[in-house]
Amino acid sequence: MTMNMTLLQIPAAFILAPLLPGVINRTKAFFAGRQGQPLLQAYYDIAKLLRKSAVYSRTTTWVFRAGPVISLAAVITALFVLPVGGSAAPFSFTGDMIFLAYLLGVVRFFTVVAALDTGSPFEGMGASREVQFSVLAEPALLLSLAAMSLIGNFHTAEIAPSRSLFMSLSEIYARLTMNAWAQSGTVLLLAAGAIAIVLLAENCRIPVDDPTTHLELTMIHEVMVLDHSGPDFAMILYAAALKLWIFCALLAGVLTPVRSGNLLLDTGAVMVGIFLIAVGVGVIESIMARLRLLRVPQLLSGAGVFALLAIVLVLRGQ
Amino acid sequence: MSESATSNWIYLSNGQAADIDKLPVMEMAAFQETILHEIENGARISALFGQPVADETVRLWAILSQDRRSLLLPLCTDTGADYPALTPRCPQAHRFEQEICEQWGMQPLGHPWLKPVRFHAPYRSTAINPADAGTPEIGVMPFFRVEGEEVHEVAVGPVHAGIIEPGHFRFQCHGENVMHLEISLGYQHRGVERHMMSGPGGRSLHYMETLAGDTTIGHATAYCQMLEALSGTGISVRAQVLRGIALELERIANHTGDIGALAGDVGFLPTMSYCGRIRGDVLNMTAVICGNRFGRGLVKPGGVGHDLDSALRRELHQRLNAVEKDLTVAVNLLWKTSSVMARFEGAGALRPEDVEALGFVGPTARACGLERDVRNDMPGGIFRFTQIPVSTCSSGDVMARAHVRWLEIQRSITFIREQLDSMPDEAVRAPVSPLQPSRIAVSLMEGWRGEICHVALTDHHGRFAAYKVVDPSFHNWFALAYALRNQQISDFPLCNKSFNLSYCGHDL
Repeated sequence: MTMNMTLLQIPAAFILAPLLPGVINRTKAFFAGRQGQPLLQAYYDIAKLLRKSAVYSRTTTWVFRAGPVISLAAVITALFVLPVGGSAAPFSFTGDMIFLAYLLGVVRFFTVVAALDTGSPFEGMGASREVQFSVLAEPALLLSLAAMSLIGNFHTAEIAPSRSLFMSLSEIYARLTMNAWAQSGTVLLLAAGAIAIVLLAENCRIPVDDPTTHLELTMIHEVMVLDHSGPDFAMILYAAALKLWIFCALLAGVLTPVRSGNLLLDTGAVMVGIFLIAVGVGVIESIMARLRLLRVPQLLSGAGVFALLAIVLVLRGQ
Repeated sequence: MSESATSNWIYLSNGQAADIDKLPVMEMAAFQETILHEIENGARISALFGQPVADETVRLWAILSQDRRSLLLPLCTDTGADYPALTPRCPQAHRFEQEICEQWGMQPLGHPWLKPVRFHAPYRSTAINPADAGTPEIGVMPFFRVEGEEVHEVAVGPVHAGIIEPGHFRFQCHGENVMHLEISLGYQHRGVERHMMSGPGGRSLHYMETLAGDTTIGHATAYCQMLEALSGTGISVRAQVLRGIALELERIANHTGDIGALAGDVGFLPTMSYCGRIRGDVLNMTAVICGNRFGRGLVKPGGVGHDLDSALRRELHQRLNAVEKDLTVAVNLLWKTSSVMARFEGAGALRPEDVEALGFVGPTARACGLERDVRNDMPGGIFRFTQIPVSTCSSGDVMARAHVRWLEIQRSITFIREQLDSMPDEAVRAPVSPLQPSRIAVSLMEGWRGEICHVALTDHHGRFAAYKVVDPSFHNWFALAYALRNQQISDFPLCNKSFNLSYCGHDL
């Protein structure tokens, strides 16, 4: 049973991830009083792009073509260490949270390098913004995962006192039970808040970036992929959907502490959580404006402070 | 200034014609001193243009607006191949002198910033500006460059990501900070002013209606007011009321669209979605009057082409109520959202002294606290009988420009309501007699972007010897460049939208 569920997580992500942008867009359309695009629009877009051929600028090199492939490959690899709630990932090992963070770093690195390869000033600007903001987003993510690993450690201290301080993601998420929320609710709330902010930043959502804008001077992520086309762009869209899935799963795993032991129920609860988070992202995009770019580092530092505060609280034995 | 020099000046009011032959042709020095003196006393340059009078001679015309006296002062002087530039002592002349140089090849000596305005071949051949040199390649000019390792240049346009008109923007940036922005236009140049020569003809009104498509009523009314002044035609009050209603509907529609677009640029969806729809509702009200959403065919020389019966007036009342209700909700949502206000406040601020010096007009000037509104300063048409309070704000930033728009929408709605209820029973169109020979007339309108200035001179046969159009965008494009200094480049789209200037109105 366990084996089946963990193996099913991967195809579930593959199939369901492009549904998330659809859910966000439909939520925004609802708030705007519009009908909105079809829920499956991202699938249609990807299918359409795959049938097209790519156009390459003469100024680009192999780096530009390698970017989307490597990014997609890295995101897919990351899925294999991603626990979905209490249901463990197919692979887990001590310190795999750092592996996950760096796989996402690889995605970013190759997106940025491919953008710089075009020589366009817009893409250079977007790349510079992306790198600047990720410097702040990455520690916030790692610190909040560390805070959660620490509470896991404290609650299990009586049972296994010799356990190392660092655990795998799957172990961390397996211990985020109702009981953990009851005992360390504040810590988990702070960590969830930090992850939520990182989710918005890493997936270029409002208030950090505006995924629907056509104004190249204000873009962060979108401007870096302007020159990609055809199957390359399909890979970028698909990788972006999978990345959104990863972050939604990380957040939903904290916010839905259903660890009944019935994997079907546990995983189902987290899946529902993932889509509710997509709805939440859509709500945020509907009710607030985007931050001035100068203010984004402050928001991301705020996420870092949340995570740090969570660690301080848990170390004080709260 | 001696008494004898000033005594033979002829002042005009808005929409009034005068005999050209009675206007003294001044010496260049006196011409320039007079302009400087008048500007020191609060006048503005509404138009400054050249009119060729002989092979090597061009007559320079300046139309100065004395807003406080509601009077216009036309001045003229003759010049040869070059003349000392006015710009170093009078910055608001800089764009006009560039234009004169480009059109007629007169060299304004000492002009600090002599660049092409529209990249067209000169209208006549001169030694410094030979016509056989061919049409200059558009957009090719020496752009201002900031040197340095850390400075980077960003070029945007003329092809943009959105469905907008073409224009080229060249930023000199230090990181995200804009040190300098230079705007290069001219891609939409059609030569409307030249087509108007020896007019008016059958196409003239259509050229005017499409000078800037979103200002159809503004430009068409300015043109018709001009024809009526030059021919001595009086139009009925009912026609004036209908022109006023159409002008204010145009203002409401465009301001609504702009407020929505400002919300869209900061990613605030609700106001964007509502305003986009409500703008359509307002355009449809213009369509109720004349059958065209932009008011094409409504304003005609001698009056208007369509009347409003009482049933239509009732319908407009109802539609106006609905628009006011929805718009109040949509716009107040904007003011109440702190994340939106954080973006609007402090972005792209202009100082009132710069607005004065550079001669900006319209909501841009009013957002800096300047009470500059043709409807109030130089009232023409129905605005001679009904006053609309001037809407101002003091901070000069995106917030102020958005707020001025909202105030103007509310006051325009009140105006339209009053006018719908008080229309005298008259014919709406009078026959227009031929234009009188050797006359000059100036026609000003407060379009939704600001002051629209049309100047016409007639020849001995009563045909146009010169026709000059100054769209508010001609003044205000420089305001955008100025507002961007030391701003974030990511705020450019927002600032740009807060001015929302016309490309084709500038390029003519």
